[in-house]
Amino acid sequence: MSKPERDPYTGLMTTGHEWNGIKELMTPIPGPVKFFLALTILSAVLLWILYPTWPYGPGYTKGVLGVDQRTLVENNLTKSAALRSVWEDRFTSAEMSALEADDDAMTFVRSHGARLFEDNCSACHGLDAAGGPGFPSLTDDQWLWGGDAETILETLRVGINAPHDETRYAEMLAFGDQGMLNSEERRTLTDYVISLSRPDELTKEQKELLPAGAELFDANCSSCHGEDGGGSHDVGAPNLTDDFWIYGGDAASIAATLRHGRIGVMPYWEDRLSEADLRLLSLYVRDLRPNQQ
Amino acid sequence: MISQLTRDERALAMVLCVLLTLFGATLGLVGRDDVLGWHGALLALSGMVLLIVIMSKIYDPDPNPDRVTKYYDDPTKVGVIVSMMWLVFATFVGDWVAWLLVYPEATFDAGWSSFGRLRPVHTTGVIFGFGGNALIATSFHVLQRTSRARLAGNLSPWIVVIGFNLFCLLAVTGYMFGITASKEYAEPEWYADLFLVVIWVVYFVLYLRTLARRQEPHIYVANWYFLAFILVVAILHIINNLAVPVSLGHAKSYSLFSGVQDAMTQWWYGHNAVAFFLTAGFLGMLYYYLPRRAGRPIFSYRMSIISFWGITFLYMWAGSHHLHYTALPHWVQNLGMTFSIVLVVPSWASAGNALLTLNGAWEKVRDDATLRFMFVAAVFYGLSTFEGSFMAIRPVNSLSHYTDWTVGHVHAGALGWVAMITFGAFYTLVPMLWNKERMYSSRLIEAHFWLALAGTVIYVFSMWNSGIVQGLMWRAYAENGTLAYSFIDSVDAMRPYYFARAVGGFLFFLGGVIGLYNIWMTTRMPAVEKPPVYDLPPVVAAEPAE
Ligand code: HEM
Ligand code: HEM
Repeated sequence: MSKPERDPYTGLMTTGHEWNGIKELMTPIPGPVKFFLALTILSAVLLWILYPTWPYGPGYTKGVLGVDQRTLVENNLTKSAALRSVWEDRFTSAEMSALEADDDAMTFVRSHGARLFEDNCSACHGLDAAGGPGFPSLTDDQWLWGGDAETILETLRVGINAPHDETRYAEMLAFGDQGMLNSEERRTLTDYVISLSRPDELTKEQKELLPAGAELFDANCSSCHGEDGGGSHDVGAPNLTDDFWIYGGDAASIAATLRHGRIGVMPYWEDRLSEADLRLLSLYVRDLRPNQQ
Repeated sequence: MISQLTRDERALAMVLCVLLTLFGATLGLVGRDDVLGWHGALLALSGMVLLIVIMSKIYDPDPNPDRVTKYYDDPTKVGVIVSMMWLVFATFVGDWVAWLLVYPEATFDAGWSSFGRLRPVHTTGVIFGFGGNALIATSFHVLQRTSRARLAGNLSPWIVVIGFNLFCLLAVTGYMFGITASKEYAEPEWYADLFLVVIWVVYFVLYLRTLARRQEPHIYVANWYFLAFILVVAILHIINNLAVPVSLGHAKSYSLFSGVQDAMTQWWYGHNAVAFFLTAGFLGMLYYYLPRRAGRPIFSYRMSIISFWGITFLYMWAGSHHLHYTALPHWVQNLGMTFSIVLVVPSWASAGNALLTLNGAWEKVRDDATLRFMFVAAVFYGLSTFEGSFMAIRPVNSLSHYTDWTVGHVHAGALGWVAMITFGAFYTLVPMLWNKERMYSSRLIEAHFWLALAGTVIYVFSMWNSGIVQGLMWRAYAENGTLAYSFIDSVDAMRPYYFARAVGGFLFFLGGVIGLYNIWMTTRMPAVEKPPVYDLPPVVAAEPAE
């Protein structure tokens, strides 16, 4: 313990405590500290009076402004609903075809629809809507369930293989895993499916087996994909004669599809987006097809 | 180091190692069907390795009995080195995580290396690994010097240092296995939490018993802060981690709280972890090493007092500002907000007390990078607490919450304050610990200083920018009542800022590597003939220490 002493630099007294050479000055609390302490405490008290703050047994002080975050949010929601109602009403009441023909409406679809699409659909279908492995492209005008605006709207509303009572349902059977076709037969069928769009890729030996493939196709696949492999919008079976593939069109991918089956899920949006947003999105997707404006 | 323990103490240490091994083996056995088994094995293995190390020295001669007339610094030495190693590891992971936000594919295609698992490895590594070890190491050093007493125990400091690092190891490896209690900064599961409780109680008791031996009737400010840190962290840790394990053989547990009560408990914990881990402990550091280095008395004893009580009292109320605009009732939010506003005053009083202590030593701040580290730390402490109080205001928070502004605020505090004060303290401390006249290279300290400062400034500025841009984009509405931007638009807009942040982080990391090298080389400098005398010796009490 040392005695209080005068610090030569500041001229202030020390407290007289010392710890391994460290001393402390007896400087009084500077004015600004007191001032801001008072100021912040005052503003705190003011905020306590204005807003809900202190709990007591059965409740809490409500504050003289009488605001509550729930009512604040509700007011904001009402306000923006009023702003939206201008176009929402038109989009829910007008015929889809009328909207499609209306340039003003479609300009709005292209701007607002893009954001709706990016926020809700891009995670699977991609920012450019071109899809990816397992997720169909929406820009090629090739459709599983049909591509006019009303049909797309229905797909959005109920989803595909989704937990919605009216969901669209389509399953590509696991012909291999379920023992319906042996590997020999599946190989033949794979070549046959390739022959539907790219016959030049097959070797001579493979071509010789095509008639057998056609027979297998007829017996096992045509009920959904159609006799010519052209697909069917009624059951959501894809066209196998074109160049568009969801899971890949190379031999290995087709073989995997045949063996393990496919049952992709498109979520349903009925409870998650408003009627107006759903219709707007349908128009937006419809508008993505090639050669639009 | 082991030769500094008596044979009896070595024997006791071996018993503890056996207990650790048995504990680990039990966990491993009951948890063999779960990832818990791996952690049991890890603990058992650690116990065995320690046992073998001690056994190999068991017949060394007893230490010189005059050890009671010296301070006990071996645990501090280990703590300093381990702390710097954690810094290098965890800022490396931090920078990796930062690059992942620019190039999401820049990782291995494996669960352990996903963003969600690496992120807590980073946060735990820096806060607990780096920060925790730094606090433990410096608290032991400061406590002995300001009490002029040797630590009240020879084994217990090791229990604290080794046990704490085992806890950190359990935490960090656990995340990579996918173990998490999913409470931020409290992610380790129940068995690791219980383990830490034991360690922490040993720490607390050791601290109090040493303090009881002090020679100066008054307790120095630094010790108030260290003590508040130890005590409150114990309370926070125990309450927030109250949970029921799925079974004793499983790592998973469920919190005792649910819903909004759980959220409020978590952020009462989270905010006070900031207050008592990242603030109080490091203020303890500042209050010792800054005046030592500057050679100046503390500017104002009274300011120390009102800041200490202001900070400890007010922080306790402020946690709800982390839950503005959530299911938490409005009144709780408002209450937390008002206390956060008042909080800026004692925080600034602390920063001011530190800066004004430098009055009369400004030429040293200019010339000495070590003191400059501590000066910059005090400035960033002031900046980040002002920013924090500002962000706690509800309408401001409605812009900043969920954005990178929060991340910028965090790192203004973490890099600018926590890490800088630690570097300043370490560069002051290391020559003292190893009896050297100076650090190995003052030019490397200078290089570290500029790398750390540049890294911090780049980091914080890019996050302010990205945070505010993000916040504005999310809330922008077109006049027809629809959102002006999609979320992915805002992600896209972040790219340049994330890039800048990752570059800044790399500079900071590089500084840490240089610091570790410099400290390591200092420990290996040849002994000088007449070592400098840094401290008054301990006053040996009448009764012999244990
Ligand atoms: C090389 C330096 C560092 C880099 C590059 C870095 C990078 C990062 C990144 C990328 C995140 C995740 C942000 C996000 O999820 O958006 C993060 C989070 C965090 N880091 Fe660091 N960091 C560094 C140093 C530190 C240090 C030294 C500390 C503490 C002493 C620290 C404490 C934290 C904390 C507490 C968080 C969580 C923030 C929150 O949840 O809001 N970091 N860091
Ligand atoms: C007066 C002092 C301070 C106040 C009032 C304050 C306030 C705040 C606020 C309002 C947030 C944002 C909460 C949100 O929107 O989610 C925040 C986040 C945070 N602050 Fe501070 N802050 C202060 C000082 C500090 C200091 C010195 C540090 C230290 C290093 C720090 C570390 C953090 C961390 C780690 C988070 C992120 C929590 C998370 O993971 O979400 N704060 N603080």
